Amino acid sequence: MSPLSRVWRWIREHAVMGVGILAVAYMLIPILVIAVFSFNDPKGKFNFTWEGFTLSHWENAFGIPELTEALVLSLQLAALSTVVATALGTLLAMGLVRYQFAGRRLANLLIVIPMATPEVVLGASLLSMFVFIGVDRGFSTLWIAHIMFSISFVVVVVRSRLIGFDRSLEEAARDLGATPLTTFRTITLPLLAPGLVAAALLAFALSLDDFVISNFNSGTTVTFPLFIFGASQRGIPVEVNVLATLLFVLTAIAMGFTVWQQHRAEKLAAIRPDDDVDTGLAALASGQRPVAGEPDPRPGAAS
Amino acid sequence: MKSRRFTPYALMGPGLFWLLVFFAVPMAFMAIVALEEGSIDTGFSLTWQWANFSDSVGSFDTQFLRSFRFSIIATLLCLLIAYPLAYAIAFKAGRWKNLMLFAVVAPFFTTYLIRTLAWQTILTDQGQIADFFRTIGIISEDGRLLETDSSVIMGITYNFLPFMILPIYASLEQLDERFIEAAKDLYSSSRQAFLRVTLPLSAPGIVAGTLLTFIPAFGDYVNATFLGGPNQAMIGNVIQDQYLRTQNYPTAAALSFVVMAVILVMVLIYIRFAGSESLMGEETNP
Repeated sequence: MSPLSRVWRWIREHAVMGVGILAVAYMLIPILVIAVFSFNDPKGKFNFTWEGFTLSHWENAFGIPELTEALVLSLQLAALSTVVATALGTLLAMGLVRYQFAGRRLANLLIVIPMATPEVVLGASLLSMFVFIGVDRGFSTLWIAHIMFSISFVVVVVRSRLIGFDRSLEEAARDLGATPLTTFRTITLPLLAPGLVAAALLAFALSLDDFVISNFNSGTTVTFPLFIFGASQRGIPVEVNVLATLLFVLTAIAMGFTVWQQHRAEKLAAIRPDDDVDTGLAALASGQRPVAGEPDPRPGAAS
Repeated sequence: MKSRRFTPYALMGPGLFWLLVFFAVPMAFMAIVALEEGSIDTGFSLTWQWANFSDSVGSFDTQFLRSFRFSIIATLLCLLIAYPLAYAIAFKAGRWKNLMLFAVVAPFFTTYLIRTLAWQTILTDQGQIADFFRTIGIISEDGRLLETDSSVIMGITYNFLPFMILPIYASLEQLDERFIEAAKDLYSSSRQAFLRVTLPLSAPGIVAGTLLTFIPAFGDYVNATFLGGPNQAMIGNVIQDQYLRTQNYPTAAALSFVVMAVILVMVLIYIRFAGSESLMGEETNP
């Protein structure tokens, strides 16, 4: 290799990494700004320019009643919609992955299309229905909406976990006389747990973050993002930055914990969807007939 | 076992019911509202006003075209930024891999609105960046960074970038490196190996990422609200305004419907063109 091409190669290899590092900076700068400006001491109502360092807003983190109420409401809403969305989404994923049935394609479509619909259309169509049949908007309409837009994402996460699932453990339990319910409770659920936790975290984050769909269907109820939107006209209190920074740190810890837990779960047992299982699935997918009477485990077999 | 036949319906019933009643049925209601006539004071009645569709698109064609322009540019920018980043994470990052992946998903840990407001803080008229741009003459002495097309496009690019990075990263990560080795063994240059092996194999990720970025970008109005002015209003702004402020429900519903239709058509064309059956979460058979 000539020196010139070696230089060229060095530049190119590091160019990719250089662009990567710039992109990472682009992703992180706004977050840094949010955190830094939570220590700002603005003179006016607007927290746009750096005026000096203070800890007073951190000490006063929950000192604005409307803001704290909005955050608490958002957390309640996220918790309540996560529970339902995770349950419904998990059942959907199990049906899709493990069974062949008429209408499977249609069911798939009904799950995928909400993810391919812009939020503004989701929000507007729900509002159309609520207005048409005269339902007052409030906490319950928000709850309905948040479950609706979270379900599909739960399905995607849980399904990917189910596809790499070693079913022989369930069969062993059944052979040893366990009822379907016992098998589900003692084998399926624990093995699925990491996927469920990841799906639930995603649903929780989606709910907590949602502004557009909530804006359409909230009535007079104020969630955390809606409070921020309302406050943005008259100047956002620094406490918003404080709470946003706190949420960021807590979410990062929760996510770190899930990742760690997943690694641990994979290490713990032979349940890890390792290469053998993948090869087996690939063989099935490439045309090997599944055993008669058993549901077809091929991913996307009917689609 | 006969009961087996009903098991999938029992499992999926509740979830499908929820999606049917709160996703599909509202779409039908929106279609009906779009064909109504009247105002919030006199009440609305269904008079099959098909003209609502053409009238509303005709009145807001500027915003429609702008949404196209902004979302297409932002999607291209996302692709330009995301591919090298995803490539770097998948093949070059080494022990920095997890840290870089963390950086990619980190924006999700803060609220969408707050992220956009952070850009408002960064680009504000009194800010250092604006000062710097004035000094080096990129913008004029009294020039602004906010309320420009660029600021809105930049915001959209930022907010939807992870949706582009993650699918591309996933497809590069799954890529069997033996294919690249084989190409090199057969005397292809790195460039040829990239263009003829790596790039085609990561196409499903590019398709998924492009769709996942374009769809929310087209309907977005948060970036235009916070980083733009009246001259940057997108179709999402109009829909929101017509629904929540003017309460002109038929126009708003008609516009939403057109947005939905436009997106479905573009997605179908794109999938035909890109030749991939993989749409969000659908596995391609190996």
